[in-house]
Amino acid sequence: MDLSFVILVEMLYAVASLVLISAGLAVVFGMMKVINLAHGEFMMMGGYATITAVGLGVNVFVAMLVIAPIVVGLIGLIVERLVIRHLYGRLVDTMLATWGLSLVFIGLATMIFGNTTTGISTPIPGFAVGDYQINGYNFFIIIVTILLVIAMYAVLRGTRAGLIARGTMQRSDMAAALGYSPDRIYMMTFFCGSALSGLAGAVLAPLVGLVPTSGGAYIAKAFITVIAGGPSLIAGLVSSATSFGLVNQIFTFAISPVIGEVALLIAAVVLLRAMPSGITGRFFKGKM
Amino acid sequence: MKRTMSQDVLITLVVSALLIWLMPLLISTYTLTVLVIYGMLGLSLGLIWGFGGILCFGQAAFFGLGAYTYAIAAINIGESTVPMILAVVVPAIFAALLGAMMFYGRLTDVYLGVITLVVTLILFKFVNSTAGPQYVIGKARLGGFNGIPGFQTLNVPGDPNAYIWGDPYFYVCAVALVIVYLLVTWLLRSSFGRMALGIRENEVRMGLMGYDVAARKTVLFAIGAAIAGLAGALFANWGEIVTPNLFSLGQSAEIIIWCIVGGLGTRLGPIVGAAGLAYLKFMLGQQSMIDNTLITGLILVLFVLFLPRGLVPAIASLLSSIFGHTRRKPSNRRMRRARHG
Amino acid sequence: MAETVLETHGLTMRFGGVTASDNVNFKLKERELRCLIGPNGAGKSTFFKCVTGLLIPTEGHVYMRGQEVTGWQPHQIAALGVGIKTQTPNVMDALSVHENIWLAARRFNNVAESRARADAIIERLALGSIARTELGQLAHGERQRVELGIVAVADPWLVLLDEPAAGMSAQDVDRMTEIIHELTRRAAVVIVEHDMQFIRSIAETVTVFHQGAVLMEDHVDQVMSDPHVRAVYLGKKA
Repeated sequence: MDLSFVILVEMLYAVASLVLISAGLAVVFGMMKVINLAHGEFMMMGGYATITAVGLGVNVFVAMLVIAPIVVGLIGLIVERLVIRHLYGRLVDTMLATWGLSLVFIGLATMIFGNTTTGISTPIPGFAVGDYQINGYNFFIIIVTILLVIAMYAVLRGTRAGLIARGTMQRSDMAAALGYSPDRIYMMTFFCGSALSGLAGAVLAPLVGLVPTSGGAYIAKAFITVIAGGPSLIAGLVSSATSFGLVNQIFTFAISPVIGEVALLIAAVVLLRAMPSGITGRFFKGKM
Repeated sequence: MKRTMSQDVLITLVVSALLIWLMPLLISTYTLTVLVIYGMLGLSLGLIWGFGGILCFGQAAFFGLGAYTYAIAAINIGESTVPMILAVVVPAIFAALLGAMMFYGRLTDVYLGVITLVVTLILFKFVNSTAGPQYVIGKARLGGFNGIPGFQTLNVPGDPNAYIWGDPYFYVCAVALVIVYLLVTWLLRSSFGRMALGIRENEVRMGLMGYDVAARKTVLFAIGAAIAGLAGALFANWGEIVTPNLFSLGQSAEIIIWCIVGGLGTRLGPIVGAAGLAYLKFMLGQQSMIDNTLITGLILVLFVLFLPRGLVPAIASLLSSIFGHTRRKPSNRRMRRARHG
Repeated sequence: MAETVLETHGLTMRFGGVTASDNVNFKLKERELRCLIGPNGAGKSTFFKCVTGLLIPTEGHVYMRGQEVTGWQPHQIAALGVGIKTQTPNVMDALSVHENIWLAARRFNNVAESRARADAIIERLALGSIARTELGQLAHGERQRVELGIVAVADPWLVLLDEPAAGMSAQDVDRMTEIIHELTRRAAVVIVEHDMQFIRSIAETVTVFHQGAVLMEDHVDQVMSDPHVRAVYLGKKA
């Protein structure tokens, strides 16, 4: 009983962290068809923003949930204006340019924070279920993720901005023809996507020691989760994160964490080979 | 293809002979050797990406596979000839299987990128996790993140005690690069090479002409992997150790950057880009003012934004406009399309 | 008794709830020239794509010279000796006219033979002055002509052309007509077109598509004077 509860939490946590890791990338890719390979570094910067803010005496939750998203969002805005803006419609070029940016950010972070591991302690204590110790912070991540998905859904479904966003996702040329400046929509989208990345990085920061190259651990997973998810933003994100999260956890429990990771990656290859347009390209067509 | 094949070969031989003679006067042969090896690795991606339109995010996988194949085979065999051959063949077969899976599934650009990237990660993670004593191939322990040291390095074929190292090893690598370069030249001039160009430009049309596009892409992909494998084996010999870092994404990123900076759709570009940037990195490594990675990244961003065709085509068109050659400049479109395949 | 080179049985293609091609039975004899006409959305292009392997039909069968080719890839169909030209010019932009046509010839011939054939076709299509020019720099009409050259150089026995006259000048169309007539000496030709002027100048037998199905099939003069066809085209009740 206790064990199955622990396993359930671990599974949920695995899925939630995948959703969290991929959300920023998914927003940017879904709306703008831009693959932001600096996504991992945006998360890394979210982490550093949190640690710096906490070091300056800010409450840790404020730092994670408010300061980090805003700081990284602004960085994203600058990046969009300086670089990405010039490359719309050139998918491969944006991938390359953002890859370059990711290296720039790693370099900057190394110069500012040094090449050593920094971290903050998890602000929520663990607790015991029967004989097992559960990391209380995992619950926090699961809850943040659920709230995030609900918020994304509400914004897309219920607000004017969300409607414009959905329109742009489907036909950016038509949105432009209706008088919505794609330039501004893209700018806002990139800001939101970056802010989400910053949030994810900040929330996950207490679980991992932060180094300037931390982003590398995220980008590949986020990349495959988003691509495997396919064209529908939320349905794609949740369905592919669930499949990969489950595969990962099952193999982690059955064999070892490394095999879990490898199994996740193999699952991604198999999935893409079987469904080249992603899960939602196949099953949830036309949903969000 | 304005020059004839024999002119091309002649120019290549003269220029490379001059370089092989002069460069050691400027840079130590130890450094030069690795520049040459990186040049070959750059060429391997430049071939499949620039001329076949296949953007592989995991060219490092074949590089690492070549290096590991060499190391493992060398420990088991104790002589370097067969391991060298295996280091070319194994990555090529691996790439052929992977390529067939991707290209017959009609996967394109982004999905191709994801799969090659993921496969590289799988290899990286797997090799990294093989520290335990149970991971043994023949007499060779895989060694996990510590890598495999202490294997038989290159020797004169048939004589395991006659090691080739130092200056002679540089000449071996340089000659190998020249040979590979000439083979690539020949390949691109052959019918197969022109079909590859056709596929890069318009897969649908090639299919409607009756060409089995997937088969040809698979073969080209395997050829690229074979060259990368050879570079990997040469690198293993140079470093005398192989580590999982050979498979790393950073390594893959660098190969892509070499191609962009040097110039896609040219044979020379990726080699120049690789050697130039690797040397730059080497020079930067001797100072600690500005972080190395930052400069690499900045170079990539600036090139994508301002010089997307890369150095070699830009210099070539500059030269031809200065000297008033009548040769028509390759249009901007040509290079840009090359990128998107 | 002329051989049937292209035949479809009950060819049907559905996209979701839309039936774009509805139980089409089609038969084409050797060296026949056939035009497929119909208003926009009549299913001509869907039919064309099903035959050329660009789409896989939901139901029905396609036969070429008696060989079933349903569900084959385009390259397998082309390899039988079928020349295909798609609606939008499908050419290699960064390659020269000569390279484009040479590649098409090379599929079925050795290097020297391909060169000779490419040269011959370039002369026949009056492309000599631009033979070394990249396709990306050519005008639309020239690109269409090059694509016709790509089709012709492979010496096909069945030619499928989707709107070959679209966007061409009167002079270009005349030349196109000439080339197509030349093709029919060796091959059966199917032309999807809705330019009536062009069809009148070239066609003998015409198949009219309407709402995915074949409305009628007859000599061009009969078809043009048929009240049903006129109604379909002009939107009037017959």
